[in-house]
Amino acid sequence: MNHLFLPELFTQKTIEAMNLAMTTEPGVLLNMVNLTYIVAAILFIFGLKLLGSARTAPRGNMISATGMLLAVGITLLDQQILSYTVLAIGVFLGATIGAVAAYKVRMTGMPEMVALFNGFGGMASLLVGWSEWHFLAGLPIAAMSQPLPFSQSVIALAVLIGGITFTGSLMAFLKLSGRISGRAVVFPGQKLINLAVATVIVGAMVAYVFIGQTGAAYPVFIGLLLLALTLGILGVLPIGGGDMPVVIALLNSLSGLAAAAAGFAIVNTVLIVAGCLVGASGLILTVIMCKAMNRSLGNVLFSGFGSAANSGPKGAVQGEMKPISCQDLYYVLESANRVVFIPGYGMAVAQAQHLVRELGEILEQNGTEICYAIHPVAGRMPGHMNVLLAEADVPYDQLQELAPINAAMEQTDVAVVIGANDVVNPAASDDPASPIYGMPIINAHKAKTVICLKRGQGAGFSGLKNELFFRENTRMYYGDAKSSIQNLVSEFKET
Amino acid sequence: MTLTLLLFVFVLAAFLGFELISKVPSQLHTPLMSGSNAISGITIVGALIAAGRADGDTLALILGFSAVVLASINVVGGYLVTNRMLSMFQNKEKGGPS
Repeated sequence: MNHLFLPELFTQKTIEAMNLAMTTEPGVLLNMVNLTYIVAAILFIFGLKLLGSARTAPRGNMISATGMLLAVGITLLDQQILSYTVLAIGVFLGATIGAVAAYKVRMTGMPEMVALFNGFGGMASLLVGWSEWHFLAGLPIAAMSQPLPFSQSVIALAVLIGGITFTGSLMAFLKLSGRISGRAVVFPGQKLINLAVATVIVGAMVAYVFIGQTGAAYPVFIGLLLLALTLGILGVLPIGGGDMPVVIALLNSLSGLAAAAAGFAIVNTVLIVAGCLVGASGLILTVIMCKAMNRSLGNVLFSGFGSAANSGPKGAVQGEMKPISCQDLYYVLESANRVVFIPGYGMAVAQAQHLVRELGEILEQNGTEICYAIHPVAGRMPGHMNVLLAEADVPYDQLQELAPINAAMEQTDVAVVIGANDVVNPAASDDPASPIYGMPIINAHKAKTVICLKRGQGAGFSGLKNELFFRENTRMYYGDAKSSIQNLVSEFKET
Repeated sequence: MTLTLLLFVFVLAAFLGFELISKVPSQLHTPLMSGSNAISGITIVGALIAAGRADGDTLALILGFSAVVLASINVVGGYLVTNRMLSMFQNKEKGGPS
């Protein structure tokens, strides 16, 4: 598939012929290019539409890729392109890196991979904006196709949004891959500093446009660029791991808007349309994720949720956690008629999804009815649990969303919580003082018996004590999720 | 005039985008995200033009070339990883008891 992206499709001869045709009739090629862009935009729209249903999604992705191929192909005929060597090397290099990364990434590493790709897209838009400014800075005003203030405004936007997307995504990548702490980082005066940076950015944008083409414009532009990069870092710093689904979706939206802004800068409709579609879809996902946590976007972005400072001794929980041994758990599961698995980020970290599926199959053979309860924000990106369980070949009809699973929870003998925490915290429904009060949860506590797989006794990402662990009907099954379930599976196989 | 037209296109695309994706099952959230992420790599079109016209200007060449590389990673990686994920969903549906 990669070779299709290389401009070798268009041999030097065709290009020369095209160029010749163009010099004789300049309008013809331009029309052809723009018409092809329209076709590409249509393919993107159909592609996105088909991505909305499981049956048609693979076709949708192919259609959208075809649109991209068309857009890239026709762009190579652009009159302004002087040298193809650089393009061929660049595309080849990027395509190879992208392809290798796409094939090598493990499904558990998907959130950070998506974040990284996202960041690269944002940076590319920033660079397109910069090179457009570089081009305009040396151009006589009379030779410009658009009014300079307009070009400068949209270039500034492309650089701003692209820069925030780049460093923001890098921060998300670092947090998700565990290279830096995934916790929210807050410090005194943080909001003030962020506000100051944002204000200076607005000032720099105005100054940049106002200065126009004079000598001071370039330094102001570079300053703006650096500030945008800084804001991306500062913005993601106070956001903790459990809020990552929102951040990833939002950054996805921003990468689209950055492309759209770059499209305004170079007056290219396909960039505007495609970028805007992505911006809209990312925003929808962001809103869905926020709703699943019953929090506003502002609260997710600015509250420093899940930081050490924020997680004081709220909701003192009475009682003690009662452990259960592997053998006792075997008896509990063996005699259960209905078991619900509730996976969370802990399952992803332990890479336990295959063993969970194996355990599920064993239980089914034993006559137990099993299903999986999927909370929309379980994990670190939208749909994270679905991807992991699909990788482990869990049948799709066993995955259930919030409403149906909660309706049947009281008829459930055992709820097995695997590395999930906040999404099963009953405080969300009955403790108005809890910071997560109002968040829709999976009502694991309503099952007859609750088994929680947990590595240690510490609190979850939000730093909140989970009352569920202390309940009368809850038993803690300590250990790494993978080896814990491995032990259970062996127990079943031996007997 | 051009500006108004571009803005018009932008606004229409935004509404279209909201209409297209408002109802997506949560199973598809990740593929939708990575698939649309690949589409945002459309900025590769701008990168190609930027790199292609940077004849002799070193800074312009560096900017354009880096943009082409990064956008290509975004596009190719994004589509392939989405494809990989979706084929996982497909296999399962064929093999599953449903």
